[in-house]
Amino acid sequence: MTATEYEATEPDIKGTAILRRGLAMTPAMREGLGFTLLLAALSTIGSSVVPIVVQRTIDNGLGDGRETEVADILPVLTLALILIGITAVCAYWMRVRLFIASETGLSELRVAAFRHVHDLSTLTQNAQRRGVLVSRVTSDVDQISMFLQFVGIMMVISLGQIVVATAVMAFYSWELTLVVWLCFLPLVVSLKFFASRLSRAYDTVRRTVGEMLAVIAEPVVGASVVRAHAIEERTQRRVDGGINANLDANTRAQSLVAVTFASAGVAGGLANAGVIAAGVVIGVAGGLSIGTVIAFAFLVGLIVGPVQNATQVLTEAQNAIASWRRVIDLVDTPADVIDPGDAGVRLPDGELSAAMSHVSFAYPDGPTVIADVDVTIPARQRIAVVGETGSGKTTFAKLLTRLMDPAEGTVTLGGVDISTVSFAELRRHVLMVPQEGFLFDASLRQNLEYGRRGASDAELMKAIDDVELRDWFDGLPHGLDTRVGQRGESLSAGERQLVALIRSALADPEFLVLDEATSAVDPQTELRATQALERLLNGRTSVTIAHRLTTAENADRVLVFDGGRLVQDGTHDELVAVRDGVYARLHASWVAQASLGLDQH
Amino acid sequence: MSLGTDDLHTSDDRVMRRGLALMGRGIREQKLLATLSILGSILFGFMTVADAWVLGWATDHAIRPSFERGDVAAGALWATAAMFLAVALLRALGVIARRLIGGIVYYRLIATYRRLVTRKYLALPMSWHHRHPTGQLLSNANADVEAAWAVFMPLPMAIGVIAMLVAAIGAMAVADLVLTVVGLLVFPALFAINVFYQRWLSPRVTRAQALRGDLSAVAHESFDGALVVKSLGRETDETERFEAVAEELRDANIEVGRIRAIFDPLLEALPNLGVLLVVVIGVGRVASGAAAPGDVVQVAFLFTVVSFPVRAIGWVLGEIPRSVVGWGRVESVLHADGSMTYGSSTIPGAGAVRLQLDGVRYRFDGAADDVLHDLDLDVSPGSVTAIVGSTGSGKSTLTSLLVRLVDPNAGRIRFDGVDLPELSHEALASTVAVVPQATFLFDDSVRENVTLSADISDQEVWQALRTVQADGFVAALPKGLDSQLGERGTTLSGGQRQRLALARALVRQPRLLVLDDATSAVDPEVEQRILRALAEQTAGGDGPTVVVVAYRKATIALADDVVLLADGQVAARGTHAELTATSAAYRDIVDAYDQAREAQS
Repeated sequence: MTATEYEATEPDIKGTAILRRGLAMTPAMREGLGFTLLLAALSTIGSSVVPIVVQRTIDNGLGDGRETEVADILPVLTLALILIGITAVCAYWMRVRLFIASETGLSELRVAAFRHVHDLSTLTQNAQRRGVLVSRVTSDVDQISMFLQFVGIMMVISLGQIVVATAVMAFYSWELTLVVWLCFLPLVVSLKFFASRLSRAYDTVRRTVGEMLAVIAEPVVGASVVRAHAIEERTQRRVDGGINANLDANTRAQSLVAVTFASAGVAGGLANAGVIAAGVVIGVAGGLSIGTVIAFAFLVGLIVGPVQNATQVLTEAQNAIASWRRVIDLVDTPADVIDPGDAGVRLPDGELSAAMSHVSFAYPDGPTVIADVDVTIPARQRIAVVGETGSGKTTFAKLLTRLMDPAEGTVTLGGVDISTVSFAELRRHVLMVPQEGFLFDASLRQNLEYGRRGASDAELMKAIDDVELRDWFDGLPHGLDTRVGQRGESLSAGERQLVALIRSALADPEFLVLDEATSAVDPQTELRATQALERLLNGRTSVTIAHRLTTAENADRVLVFDGGRLVQDGTHDELVAVRDGVYARLHASWVAQASLGLDQH
Repeated sequence: MSLGTDDLHTSDDRVMRRGLALMGRGIREQKLLATLSILGSILFGFMTVADAWVLGWATDHAIRPSFERGDVAAGALWATAAMFLAVALLRALGVIARRLIGGIVYYRLIATYRRLVTRKYLALPMSWHHRHPTGQLLSNANADVEAAWAVFMPLPMAIGVIAMLVAAIGAMAVADLVLTVVGLLVFPALFAINVFYQRWLSPRVTRAQALRGDLSAVAHESFDGALVVKSLGRETDETERFEAVAEELRDANIEVGRIRAIFDPLLEALPNLGVLLVVVIGVGRVASGAAAPGDVVQVAFLFTVVSFPVRAIGWVLGEIPRSVVGWGRVESVLHADGSMTYGSSTIPGAGAVRLQLDGVRYRFDGAADDVLHDLDLDVSPGSVTAIVGSTGSGKSTLTSLLVRLVDPNAGRIRFDGVDLPELSHEALASTVAVVPQATFLFDDSVRENVTLSADISDQEVWQALRTVQADGFVAALPKGLDSQLGERGTTLSGGQRQRLALARALVRQPRLLVLDDATSAVDPEVEQRILRALAEQTAGGDGPTVVVVAYRKATIALADDVVLLADGQVAARGTHAELTATSAAYRDIVDAYDQAREAQS
C-alpha cells in the first residue's frame, strides 16, 4: 500500500496542498508562523556579513598596501558585530518558537489521530491494519517533526542564504553573479533528477528493511520450528539474503548522496575560478574593486553548502509530505459509526429487548456478510448463535452492539434505534465480551477498572464475589496489585477470561453479547469460568456466539447462521429434530467431539 | 553530589575507552575500506585548507598585482583557476571516498554483525532462547547492531577534520604567527563547545527516543485491545493515557530543541566573530608590514570553511555512548555459551518407530521442582497415544524433549532403541515432527511454508493439504500454492494456520508425529475429519506413531492408549474405559466438561 501511495505523490502540486491542510489541522503550528518565518529570514543575514566586511576592509586600503587604520573600518566592524548578534538572537528565537509550535501542534495531531483510530471500525475488523495504524500516530508523526525541525529549518535558511548571497552579489556585480550561477546551473537543473533517483533509492532501502526484519524474525520467533525441522541452513540463507539486499540498497543510496554532494563542491571550485578570473578582467578594466572580487569567493561558499544538501533535503521533504498526507488521510477518514453524542436518545431503564429488522451488511466492494436478518429477542432471553466460520455470526454480534452499522435495516434495543443512542448511553447498557480476554499491561485493579471507571476496591471485590471467583482471586500473589504482564501473558488463557468476566460484571450491562472462547483451558479454570459466566448472565438479556454444544443446549433459543443468512431459529430440541438441518449437522460433530459416546447420559 | 559527579566522570572515561576500543575493532574488521575512507577524509581536510591557501595566494600573486599594474596578470590568473579546479576535484574525490566508502564500511559492519548474531541465534539451544524475550532478541539483531556501529557514520569525517585542523594551524603559522594565535583561540573553542553541546544533548535525545518507544507501546496495546476499549466505551480514557505520554514526548522534544536553539546559532556565529577578529588584527599586521593582505584573506577564509566540518567531532562524541550500549548488547549474544550437539546415527528401517523414555527428569532453569520426574514410557510403533494431564503436568515439556528442543536433565529417550543424542540433526528431524499449538508461518509462499525448501513435489504437497482439510482454502487463494503469506501477503485464520503447520509435518512423512494441542483453532467438524484421517492412516500401517496431547474427549476417543501425567510421572495408563474405571484423577480431568455442563444447567 505504501508503494502505491508513493507513486501517487505529486510533490510539487500536492505537497503544498498537504502542507496547507496540515497547518490548518493544527492551530498550534499555524499560530505565529509568520513571525517565526520572519525571524528565520532575519537569521540568514549574518552569513553575508563576513564577505561584506572583507570587501570593505580590503577596499579601505588593505588591498593596495596603503596604511590602514582599524579606525577606518571600525564602523563596518561594529555594524557587522551587531548584525552577527542580531542574527544569533533571531536564530535562537526562531528555533525555540519553531520547536514549541511544531511539537505542540504535532502532539495534538497525534492525539487527534489516535482518538480517531478508535472511532474507525477497521480497528476491530482487521487485525493486520493495526500495525499500520500504530505507525500513523508514531513514526509518521515523528517523520513530520524531524522534517519541520531539521530539514525544514535547513530549507528556509538555505533558501534565505542563497537569496541574500545572490542579492549581495548582484549589488556588487551582475556579471560575476551570472558567472557564479552559470557554474551552479547544471547542478540546480539536475537536482530534481537526482532527488527522484535518491527518493527511489530510499524507497528500496525501506522495502529491504521490511523484508530483512521479517526474515530476521525467523530464527527468533520461529526458533523451535527451525530446530525441529533442521532447517538452520535454509533459514540462514534467507536471513543472509535479506541482510545482503539491504546492504546493497544502502550502498546504492549512499553512492547517490556522495556523488551529488561531491559535485556541488566541484561546482563551487569552478565558480571560484570563474569569479576570480572574470573579476580580475572586469576589475582591471575599471568595473570592480579588488575587495569585491575577493568577497565573491566568500559569497560562493554561501551557495555551495545549500546546493550540496539540496538533494537530500528534497528527498526528505518528499518523505515527510508523504507521512503527513498519510496522517491527514487517516484523520479525514470519516468515522463509519457515528456517535450522536448529546443529541442522542436515552434507552429505557431496566431490562432490554433487542430486534433486527431487515438488516444487511457488506464490506465496501466486498461480498455480503449478512443478508436480510429479521429477528426479535425478548428481554432476559438467553440466545446462542451458531454457525460455521464465515457464516456471519460475528458480524451479527457486532451489529447488535453497534461496533458496526448495517448497510440496510435497523437494529433496535428496547424499541429504540441504536444509531440514535449516544455511545456513552449505549455502552452503559450493552456490552460485547470478546473471545479472548484481552488485558492491558497493568495491575489487575487497573484492568478491572476498565469495566467501571474509578471503581473502589470494595466494588471490585464485590464484583469478584458476585461471579463467585473469590477462591481464585485469593490464590493470586499480590491481590489487586498483581501485574498481568503484556497482553495479560503472566496469567493463563483461562485466567484472562476470568478477569474479562469480572470486568464485564463491573460494567453491569443489561444486554450482553459474548463471543465464546475456543482455546482450550485447564478443567478447573474452565469450571470456574462457566460458573462465573452463569452468574454474569443471570437476569440479563444475552446473545452468545457458541462454540460449544452445552452452550447451545442450555440456551433459551438458538439462532443458526449459514452463508450470511439466519436459516434456523428455535430451541435446541426443536432444531436438533430437523433432520438434514444445518444445526443437526453441527450438533452431530459437536457430540462426536465432546464425548466418547459411552458416557453420554 | 560531588561523589555523583565523580562517578559520572569515571563512567564517562570507561565509556570513552570502550568507544575507542569499538572503533579500533571496526577499523580492523574493514581494514582496507576503513583506511581508504579515512585517507579520503584526510584528503578532503587538506584540500579544504588548500582552498583557502589558493585564495590567499591568488590575492597576493594574481589579483593585487593585476589591479596595481592595471593589467591582467594572465599567467597567475590561469594558475589560480587551475589550482581552484584541481583542489575542488581532489576534494570531491575525498568527499566520495569519505561518504561512499565510509558509508560502505558502516553498512558492511552492520551486515556482518547481523549475520553473526543470527548465526548465533541458530546455534544457541532453545533453553537459551526461552530465557530471552523475543522482542529483545529482535532488537539485538536490528536496532542494537545499528547503534553499535552508528559511530562509524561520522568517524571518517571526524578524523579528516582533525587532519584539517592541524593543516589549518600549519597554514596559518606559515602565513602569520599572530593570526595563528587567533586560530588557536577559536578552533579549540569551537571544539569545546561541540563537545559540551553533545554531552548536554545526547542524554536528552536518548530520553526522547525512549519516550517514543513508550508511546508506540501504548498505541500498540490500545489498538490491540480495541474491542475491549470500544465495547466498554473507554475511548476517551485511552486517549488520555496516550495523550499523557505524547505530552511527555512533546516536552522532551522541546527540551532537545531549546538546547539546539542555543548551540546551533552559537556555533554559526563563532567563526564569523573569529573572522572579525582576524580582520582587526590583520589590518594592524599588514600596516606594520608583518603580514601580506593575502595572508589575512586566507586566514579569514579558513575560518569560514572549517567551522562546519568541526561539528563531526561532536557527532562522534555524541554517538559513542549509544554505540557502547548497543555493542554491549550485541556482545552478550555473541558471547553466549552453548549449542546443541548432535550425533551421526540414523534409525534403520522405515515406518513407525517405537518410543521409549526411561527415568526422564526435567527441571526448568531456576525452578525448585522437576516438571518431569523419573518418567518411564514405552509407546509401541504405529499406535496412537493420548497424553492427558492438568496444566503444568509437563505435557508440553514432554513434546519438546521428543524433538530435542530441550534435553532431559537425566534419563534416556530412544527411537527404535537409538538414543536421541546419537542421532544426526537431519535424522532426528526426518524421524519426528512436532506440531505445536502456536503456529509459526514464514514470510513466504504457501508451498515453501509446507516444503521448507525440501525436495517435495506439488502433488505431495496437495496430498498433505487434503489430509488436513486445507486443500480447499489454499486452492481458493489467488495464486494457490504460490500465494504469499505474512506481513505483505494473505492473512489466514488461526485454524488455517494450524492446518498448514500440520501439513508441514505430514508432508515429511515422519515416523513419529507429536501433536501438542495442534488443532485448537480448527472448526470442531474439520478437526474430527483431520484426526480421523490420521488415525486411519496409522491404523492402516503406513502412518507414523502418533503422540497427541489431548484436551478434548474426541481426541482421546481416537487413541489406542491414554497416558495420564501427574506430578511429572505417568500416574495411570490404559484405554479410556480402563482409566475411567480405575483412576479418580483421570475421571476428574476428563469429566470436567461434564461438570461444567451440570453447573450450567
